[in-house]
Amino acid sequence: MFESLTASLSKAFKTLTKNDRLTEANVEEGLRLVRQSLLEADVHFSVAKDFCARVKERVMGEKVLDSVTPAQMFIGLFHQELTKLLGEHAAPLTFASNPPTVWLMAGLQGSGKTTTCAKLAAWARKQGRKPLLAALDIQRPAAIEQLKTLGRQLDIPVYSEEPGAPAPSSSGILGGMLSGGAVRPAGIGERAVREAERRLLDLVILDTAGRLHVDDALMSEVSEVKARTKPHAVILVVDSMTGQDAVNSAKAFDARLAITGTILTKLDGDTRGGAALSIVQVTGKPILFAGVGEKIIDLEPFHPERLASRILGMGDVVSLVEKAQEAFSEEEVTDTATKMLSGNFDLDDLYQNLQRMKRMGPLKKVMGLLPGMSGLPPEMMDQIDEGRMRRTEALFLSMTAWERKNPDRIDVARRQRIARGSGNPVSAVNDLLRSCEQMRKQMKQLARVMQMAPKERTRFLKDMERDMKRRGGP
Amino acid sequence: MGLFDKFKQALAKTREKISVGVRTVLSIGRALDDETIDRLEEVLYSADLGSAGGEVIEEVRRAYKLRYLTRVDQIPEFLREKLLARLEGCGGAITKVQPSPTVVLVCGVNGSGKTTSIAKLAAYLRRQGNSVVLGAGDTFRAAAVEQLTIWAERLGVPIIKKPNGADPASVAFDAVDAALSRGADYVIIDTAGRLHTQKHLMAELEKISRVISKRLPGAPHEVLLVLDATTGQNMAQQAELFSKATPVSGLILAKLDGTAKGGAVFGLRQRNQIPVKFVGLGEKLDDLEAFDPKSFVDAIVEPFLELESGKAAAT
Repeated sequence: MFESLTASLSKAFKTLTKNDRLTEANVEEGLRLVRQSLLEADVHFSVAKDFCARVKERVMGEKVLDSVTPAQMFIGLFHQELTKLLGEHAAPLTFASNPPTVWLMAGLQGSGKTTTCAKLAAWARKQGRKPLLAALDIQRPAAIEQLKTLGRQLDIPVYSEEPGAPAPSSSGILGGMLSGGAVRPAGIGERAVREAERRLLDLVILDTAGRLHVDDALMSEVSEVKARTKPHAVILVVDSMTGQDAVNSAKAFDARLAITGTILTKLDGDTRGGAALSIVQVTGKPILFAGVGEKIIDLEPFHPERLASRILGMGDVVSLVEKAQEAFSEEEVTDTATKMLSGNFDLDDLYQNLQRMKRMGPLKKVMGLLPGMSGLPPEMMDQIDEGRMRRTEALFLSMTAWERKNPDRIDVARRQRIARGSGNPVSAVNDLLRSCEQMRKQMKQLARVMQMAPKERTRFLKDMERDMKRRGGP
Repeated sequence: MGLFDKFKQALAKTREKISVGVRTVLSIGRALDDETIDRLEEVLYSADLGSAGGEVIEEVRRAYKLRYLTRVDQIPEFLREKLLARLEGCGGAITKVQPSPTVVLVCGVNGSGKTTSIAKLAAYLRRQGNSVVLGAGDTFRAAAVEQLTIWAERLGVPIIKKPNGADPASVAFDAVDAALSRGADYVIIDTAGRLHTQKHLMAELEKISRVISKRLPGAPHEVLLVLDATTGQNMAQQAELFSKATPVSGLILAKLDGTAKGGAVFGLRQRNQIPVKFVGLGEKLDDLEAFDPKSFVDAIVEPFLELESGKAAAT
C-alpha cells in the first residue's frame, strides 16, 4: 500500500554516490517525499512546509558519509531536527513551593481529559504527592460519576458537587445547563482548592468540561476557572489522532489560557501523531506526557526522538530497545545467548524466551515499534497471531519438567497427552518438537561457522547456499 | 429557534457568500497559474484530505497542463465534481427491517462521540415515529452506563443495562430480547470505545455481533462506526480494522460542527467504500442529520473561494 519513507528516499537518491554533496538539485525530490510523509502523518500543511524549508538549509552542503546511504543520511538529518523541535521547550511539571499546587486540565470533547486527570493523579502520587481530583465538568452527562469511579479505583479523593436538576426548557435539553454554566465550574474549582487546604492535600487537578469545538462559551468558562483558581499549570489534553484542526484548537486554547504544555492521548493506536509537531510549533509549549492505553497507569514521559521516528514513519526503535532492556536482564541475556549458540538448549530455554517476549508487551505493539513495520499492510500485521503464541505457551505448560529438559525423549503417548492437555492437535506438538530440533542443528552449525577462519567461512557459506538451492529451500 | 435552524441558516449564508463570491470574483476570468494551484493544495490538505487531496491536485495540474482548465472560476466546479465522485453512494438512512426490530450496533474508538451519537440517533428515529430501545453495552468505561441512562431518561426510551464489568455481548442479547418482547421498531446497542489496533477488543466486538445474531438471525442489520470529524489520516485505519471485526454498514461523522471539515473521509473512501450515513452537527439532541455530500463538499471548497475573493479584492 505505501512504501516506507526510507525506501522511497533511497529511490530518490539513487543517483547520489558516496562523497557527493547534497545540493539544491538533488534534495528537491527528497524534500517532496519528506513533506508528503509529514502530511500523511497529519502535520499541519504550513508547519510541514516551514519545517522542510528550514531543514533544507541545514541539509544542503552536507557531505554524504561513507557509513550510510544518502537516503539514510537525509532522513537522519530530518530526524535530528524533528527531535530537536519536538523537545525544544521540554520542561517538567513542577509543584508549587506553597501547596496546594493547582493544575487545570482543558481540551476538546473526547480528547480524554477525565481519564488523563486520573492518570496524572496516579503519577503524582507516585512522586509522593497527595492529589485531589475535582470534577468541574457539569456539562457532559455522568462526567462527575466517571471521575468519581476512577477516584475510587485509584483510592484518590474526588471533590464534586451534585448538579442541580437541569431545568427542562423548550430551547433544548442542554439549554438549561448552558445558562450560568460559565460561573458554576469556577466556584466548584475554588471550593475544591479550599477542600484540599483543609485536608492537607498538596495537589488539585481540575477536570473541566470539553466542547465540540473551540467556542466562546467554552473559553469563557475555562478562563473564569483559571482566573479564580490561579492554577500553577494549565494543561491541554489533545487526541493524538487529531488532524489539521489541532493547530486551530491549540492556538485558541493557548491564546486564552496561556497553556503550560500538552498531554497527548491515545498514542497506543497506530496514529503517526503529526498533530504533536503542529501543536509544539504554534504554541511553543512542551509536550509533557504521552497517554498510552486504557489502564490508569499508562502515562509515559514524552520522548521526542521516538515521536519523531513515528512521524517520519521510521518506527520506534528506541522504545523497542528500552522495552527489551526492561524485559531481559543482562545476565539472562548472556546466559541464554551462550546456551542458544552452543546448540545445547532445551525446551525450557525456549519457554523462557517466550516468557520474555511476552514481558515486552503484546506482539503487535512490539512489531509496531520496529522500523518499516508501521508501513506493513494491515493484512500482514494480522498474521502476527497473539493466539498462536498463547497456544504455543499452552504446549510448554502441558509438558512435565522432565519433558522440557529431554525433548527428544517425548514419545507418541506423551505427545498425545501434551496435545490433549493443551487443547492442540498432536501435529502442533510435532511441529514444536521439530522446530526445536531444527533450531538446535542450525545453531550448532552457526557456532561452527563462527569459529572458522574467514576464507573457510566464505567457502562454507557458498556450499550451503548451493545446497539450499538444490533442495529448493529459501 | 433551534440550533439546527441556526446552522442551516449559517449554511445558507455560506452558500450565498459562495455564489456571490463566484459571480463577482471568479467570473472575472482570471487566468489559472501554479501559485493558485498551490493555494488550492493548501486548502485541501488543511481540510484533512491527505493523499486523496494530493490525487485531486494532480488531476487539477494535469487538466491545467492539457489546457482543459485555464481560468480560476473553473476550479470550484471541477473540484466539486471530483470530490463528489469520491463520495458516491454516501448519504441515506437506515433501512427499517420487517418484522421488527431493526438492530443497530454502534462502535468506534474512545472519545469519538458514540454515546452522544446514539442518543441523537434515538431522537432521530423517534422523530420519525419509531419506538426505540437502548442497550448500554459499554460496560467498561467508568460511568458510561450512567451517561447513556441519563440520555434514555431525557428521551423517555427504555434502556437495558447491567452493572459495570458485565459481558457486553450479554447486554446486547438482552437488549434485542427486550426489543422483541416489546415489539420495538429499533434497538440501538452501545459498545465501549476501543482503539482499532487492540485485537482482543476487536474480537470482543465480533463476539457481540455474533451473539446478537443468535438471538435474532440476520441481526445486527446496521453496524455504524462513529468517527470524530477532527481525526486526521488515522480515520482510514479505523474504518478498515473495524470493518474487519464486524461488517460496518455505515459511518457517523461526529463533531462536524467544529472548524474541522472531516476531509479524512476521502482518504477513507480511497481504501474502503463504506458510506457516510449521518453527521453530528452540534451538542443538542436533534443535531444528527442524514449526510449530504453536496454541502459537505461545499464546506471544503469554501475556504478556497474565500481566499480567491480575498486575492481578487486586494488587486
